[in-house]
Amino acid sequence: MLKINNLHVSLDEEDKQILKGVDLNVDAGKVHAIMGPNGSGKSTLSYVLSGKDGYNVTNGTVELNGDDILDLEPEERASLGLFLAFQYPIEIPGVGNMTFLRTALNAQRKSRGEDEISATDFLRLVREKAATLKIDADMLKRPVNVGFSGGEKKRNEILQMAMLEPKICILDETDSGLDVDAMKLVANGVNALRDEGRGFLVITHYQRLLDHIKPDIVHIMADGKIVKTGGPELAIEVENNGYSDLLNEAS
Amino acid sequence: MGLPEQNSAENLEIKESALVTAGWSAEARKDAFERTMKSGLPTARDEYWKYTNPKSLTSKKVEKAPLSKEKDGAMFTGANPIKIVFVDGKFAPKKSADFDVSGLSVERLSIINKLDLHWAKDVYGKYEKLSQESVTRPLASYNTAYADEGVVIHVSERIERPINIIYEHSDEYSDVILRHIIKIDDNAELTLLENGPAAARLNQVMEVKLSDGAKFNHIRVLGRDHERRTATHIFGELGGEAKFKSFTLTVNGVLTRNECFLNINGDDAAAHISGACIGDGDFHHDDTVFITHDAVGSESRQVFKKVLRNGATGVFQGKILVKPNAQKTDGYQISQSLLLDEDSQFLAKPELEIYADDVACSHGSTSGAIDEEALFYLTSRGISKQIAIDMLTMAFLAEAVEEIENIKLKQVILDLLTNWLERHRS
Repeated sequence: MLKINNLHVSLDEEDKQILKGVDLNVDAGKVHAIMGPNGSGKSTLSYVLSGKDGYNVTNGTVELNGDDILDLEPEERASLGLFLAFQYPIEIPGVGNMTFLRTALNAQRKSRGEDEISATDFLRLVREKAATLKIDADMLKRPVNVGFSGGEKKRNEILQMAMLEPKICILDETDSGLDVDAMKLVANGVNALRDEGRGFLVITHYQRLLDHIKPDIVHIMADGKIVKTGGPELAIEVENNGYSDLLNEAS
Repeated sequence: MGLPEQNSAENLEIKESALVTAGWSAEARKDAFERTMKSGLPTARDEYWKYTNPKSLTSKKVEKAPLSKEKDGAMFTGANPIKIVFVDGKFAPKKSADFDVSGLSVERLSIINKLDLHWAKDVYGKYEKLSQESVTRPLASYNTAYADEGVVIHVSERIERPINIIYEHSDEYSDVILRHIIKIDDNAELTLLENGPAAARLNQVMEVKLSDGAKFNHIRVLGRDHERRTATHIFGELGGEAKFKSFTLTVNGVLTRNECFLNINGDDAAAHISGACIGDGDFHHDDTVFITHDAVGSESRQVFKKVLRNGATGVFQGKILVKPNAQKTDGYQISQSLLLDEDSQFLAKPELEIYADDVACSHGSTSGAIDEEALFYLTSRGISKQIAIDMLTMAFLAEAVEEIENIKLKQVILDLLTNWLERHRS
């Protein structure tokens, strides 16, 4: 589904190579986790995949279901089914959460040649999805992420994911800033979306999120590359021994 | 020393012979004429006109303002207003509505002008003259001297139906002076809506007297014909617990100067002045506001938001003056611009002058671009860049539009903004 091939990325502003040849295939129905120490390039990978400005792809390809996406705008990638759950969701004063959700959903439907969703269907859908994430009506009415707690912001990300039904979900450190209860809520939201047709790329520092979102495959990233790939036991190894043993072994 | 610029033959003439010499307004007109002679017309050298060149407002020749194919029309029909229509400054009786509303009297300046006595004598030119103590406003005194048309409104009850003055424009060279006088008695209330391009060049003054507990809600939409040039002044006085609210939307016009000068003379009164504008290309928009607090416990808000692109210019000059007796004053002033490109500019001069010691006053002025992080967030959800920019633009303007209390009228303004943005997508 998502095929990353020999991806090299540097920053636009300084001549600094961040990703140095990432190879990764995420298949439909699978949950891949990427773990790695600070500065290994995990967040950069998520931004490059979703099309953020400021990065320069110097080599490699990224395909989503056969489409080369690296030349596409962020909105085009989204319409093809790519979704990034932000590590730090952005507050947008003045834009209502509901307006935002509906505009996004309809934009994606339109780009796929589908009809816009009716106001009543939209309301029903958003209420239903919000309820499972314990997002109340007040949060839906507020401006996007404004005045939300850390946990509320992350739940709002998962709500967007649930509404937009993407094909590939990238979760960038979704566990950061969450207490155990909030993490369970978010994990349940993610697990509810696990589906044969959908792939997940879960980026995290810690194994604890993976207790709740069980990965099929775990990758260790260091210095801009995937250095080791294995099953869920790899995450437990990291938790017990830290990264240094693994990295020494890999080099 | 050569002749001052304002006396050159290329400028409007200030002639005593053109004054109306009979009727209740004659004295005020003569007085205004003399003040205008003394101050001369404004020039680009005046400090008060530092950011806005008044030349095309004072020149003898009026610049051509072609008529838009699409008309503004009656945009407030949902509010069931009493319609009063002017075409190039001339009253259009057939387009205007007849009405009979208790507590509301509307007359025309051109008709009452001839009378020897009229209540308007107590208002006409009074607040305009008062405003000249701080800085000269020659376009306003010129208006007092020569205005021969406008509406004269007396409100003695709470009026539900708004009055909607619609200014049509049919002559590409029309040069119009309009003068409105509004008096709202104790605890009475009026909503005034104004819209339309009015003329190729418009000099409009409105004087408003609010007695104790009176309420004035004012919403205007400056018209569509892009080449128009407009200078407006609002002068007002607020009695105790009076409420003055005025909102202006501007999305067109090569030159607009809106001045507002209010005196809060009654305790616990409140004045809220706000404006939203979007300027695209050859567009210069100037809001100049001066609010004087001269009573205890009064409140004022100035909220101005300008979106500027393709070389448009926005100007804000705002002052809050708190006199020594005006304790417990609550003054707030914010002026902000969203610059959508590097060619556009925002020039702001916010001022506070405070002589009382127990007040809460704040002011702020900012210029910024579209927030790239917010833009990425929106587009990453599938929203196109253009629509995302429009959403962020509307979000930026929201604080000013939110100043409109009436939900239906607020929606009219929001729809106008949304439609404008849609029409102007690149």
